[in-house]
Amino acid sequence: MAVRTEPFVLNMGPVHPSTHGVFRMRATLDGEVVIDIEPVFGYLHRGIEKLAEQRTYTGITPLTDRLDYISSMSNNLAYCLAVEKLAGIKVPERAEYIRVIMAELQRIAALLIAVGAFLNDCGAYFTPFLYMFRERERIVDLFEMVSGQRLTYNYMRAGGVSQDLPEEFMPALRKFMDMMPRFMDEYDRLLMQNEILIARAKGVGILTGEQAINCSVSGPVLRASGVNWDIRKADPYSIYDRFDFDIPTQATGDCYDRYRQRVEEMRQSLRIIRQAMEQLPSGPVRAELPQLIRPPTGEAYARIEAPKGELGFYLVSDNSIAPYRCHIRPPSLINLTALRDMVRGWKVADLIIIFGSIDITVGEIDR
Amino acid sequence: MTIPLSGKDVASKIEEKFPGSVVESSQDNLVVKGNFLLDAARFLRDTEGLDLDFLNFVTAVDYYDHFEVVYWLSSLEHNHSLTIKARCYDRENPVLPSVVGLWQGADLQEREIFDLFGIKFEDHPNMKRIFLWEGFAGHPLRKDFI
Amino acid sequence: MEIKPAGKYIYSDIELDREEGQVIEDLKANSQEPIPDPDRWLDEKLEQNILLTTVDALINWGRRSSLWTAICFPACCAFEMIAANGPRFDLARFGMEILRASPRQADLMITAGTLTWKMAPNVRRIYNQMAEPKWVIAMGACAISGGIFASAEYAVVPGYNRIIPVDVYVPGCPPRPEALIYGIQMLQQKIARRKNIDVRKLLER
Ligand code: SF4
Repeated sequence: MAVRTEPFVLNMGPVHPSTHGVFRMRATLDGEVVIDIEPVFGYLHRGIEKLAEQRTYTGITPLTDRLDYISSMSNNLAYCLAVEKLAGIKVPERAEYIRVIMAELQRIAALLIAVGAFLNDCGAYFTPFLYMFRERERIVDLFEMVSGQRLTYNYMRAGGVSQDLPEEFMPALRKFMDMMPRFMDEYDRLLMQNEILIARAKGVGILTGEQAINCSVSGPVLRASGVNWDIRKADPYSIYDRFDFDIPTQATGDCYDRYRQRVEEMRQSLRIIRQAMEQLPSGPVRAELPQLIRPPTGEAYARIEAPKGELGFYLVSDNSIAPYRCHIRPPSLINLTALRDMVRGWKVADLIIIFGSIDITVGEIDR
Repeated sequence: MTIPLSGKDVASKIEEKFPGSVVESSQDNLVVKGNFLLDAARFLRDTEGLDLDFLNFVTAVDYYDHFEVVYWLSSLEHNHSLTIKARCYDRENPVLPSVVGLWQGADLQEREIFDLFGIKFEDHPNMKRIFLWEGFAGHPLRKDFI
Repeated sequence: MEIKPAGKYIYSDIELDREEGQVIEDLKANSQEPIPDPDRWLDEKLEQNILLTTVDALINWGRRSSLWTAICFPACCAFEMIAANGPRFDLARFGMEILRASPRQADLMITAGTLTWKMAPNVRRIYNQMAEPKWVIAMGACAISGGIFASAEYAVVPGYNRIIPVDVYVPGCPPRPEALIYGIQMLQQKIARRKNIDVRKLLER
């Protein structure tokens, strides 16, 4: 006999342990089945784009640190590329290599957190997260050596990086590179064939390739849906065309695939770092530039493949010391467009892991 | 390498299909009239050889006397990109057609522009403030917002 | 490619948003002045501040050695907070390894991150839901004064002390986990000096 049911609205967040920060959704449920959700944003809107209009080009770098705060180096890189494109600045060779090493280390760190948080959402309360944090601490140590900060590095500048690598950096990096593959194997042993993980994540929250493209989804989420699109290969920035690496893709685009995708991307990042370490030339790390950069009137869009997807900066200059307009293309916000289609028809418990598998940072969504 | 399409070439194609729709075009610039925006966008997405099926971002710039809305499109298949722009001159009640029906990725970004610039997108299913709360006075990213 | 019409989704009523907006506006209008440090209230009433019984000492010991944290992690500082909880800094040494998702089970709020006006009513509500006695540590420049975002006045609250009384301030952007641990130790010292049992009232009885 069919039971007559009535939909009801459940409010999740903005303070909820599984919403990764201050994110809120209004879910319309029928019993335990999700009919629709409506994300509500803005609990961390800090006006970064407005503040950027009042600062000098160099002074904006610290603001970009706080966008996607678990991958500050990537944000720095994207912003500096945009300024360089706008002002036509050439970056010294050594700085390019240092940037690539930093960006890839940052990718590993951010993906570690993404994977850890995803497993946390799957129900493995905090244990995998602590494992991932153990390795992240080592990467943070490396960053601390070069920038003196543990989270908001503010290391890159238009025209290079703020300072050269310290002496003890390379040995420490080498040590890390020897260790990391072993850790990755450890995760694989623990998790890849894990019954519970497969039962919870396989076939859940499928996003097809067409849908993903139509929703402008980018990054690991797009590639997990089988679209071979990585800006490092498709539109190589910095010196990524000199390295030999693969773009892993998955077939179905479910939560498990997104998890696998992230793990495989970490391995590719290790490959890039290893090559960059070998080729690292010596020389200056910063181009000779005036204190205040005054790019000519015009506009530029520079984008990179950040750990979460396509991160871009759209700068409009009016030939003054501050940008006229600084728009940030936030991968987290745009990836969330697809969330609604992914969760409809799944249970509430699945909603949590589908949401976790997209991997967002609220600082970047709200800006 | 993503190749930026020449604004001039694309403009002549659009002009051929929809006469009088292009305001201005140069190598890296293509401005279409607001009321032709939706037609032009559909043309760019569906035409063989252009196939601009990926909307990278939408944003707006305030130039005091007018707003300029910027659409950055690219094609994953041919690996090329194109920027098109549309202007609105009405400061009190700026309106443009919404492209959500073509690229769903524009959904949240158009809401963001509505919130921060006050540009209304017609036919958007949920044209509400996104970051700031209902009842907030003004639009922060306008240049005259203090 | 077939695209489903965008109208298929369920959207919430605009009236609901208006009401929420009104709450925010009211709170904004009412919290233009910082709430004074609770310490100062203690100083004013001297008798509250003197420790008399050993029972007090025992209670305080119990309280300060099992501070449980409520989840209120809006922004970047949260990651240093989690790092402090993590394997290297191991906050569990101080009896506070547990992050409580429910504020009703927590007695310490570590406010790690920027507070916006839109978030402020929720933080106030979390604080109100926490059981007495409760303490607040403001972690990071944003929590103290708005920090790097203080000039975006339209959205950012200049410090948590506009909304809730703060006991300990930990500066930094973000503070290192060591700094946070030091802040927690300061709070523990503060708790140790707290008087719980009013002897005079007991004698009157
Ligand atoms: S103090 Fe700094 S690190 Fe902490 S929330 Fe504010 S900006 Fe982020």
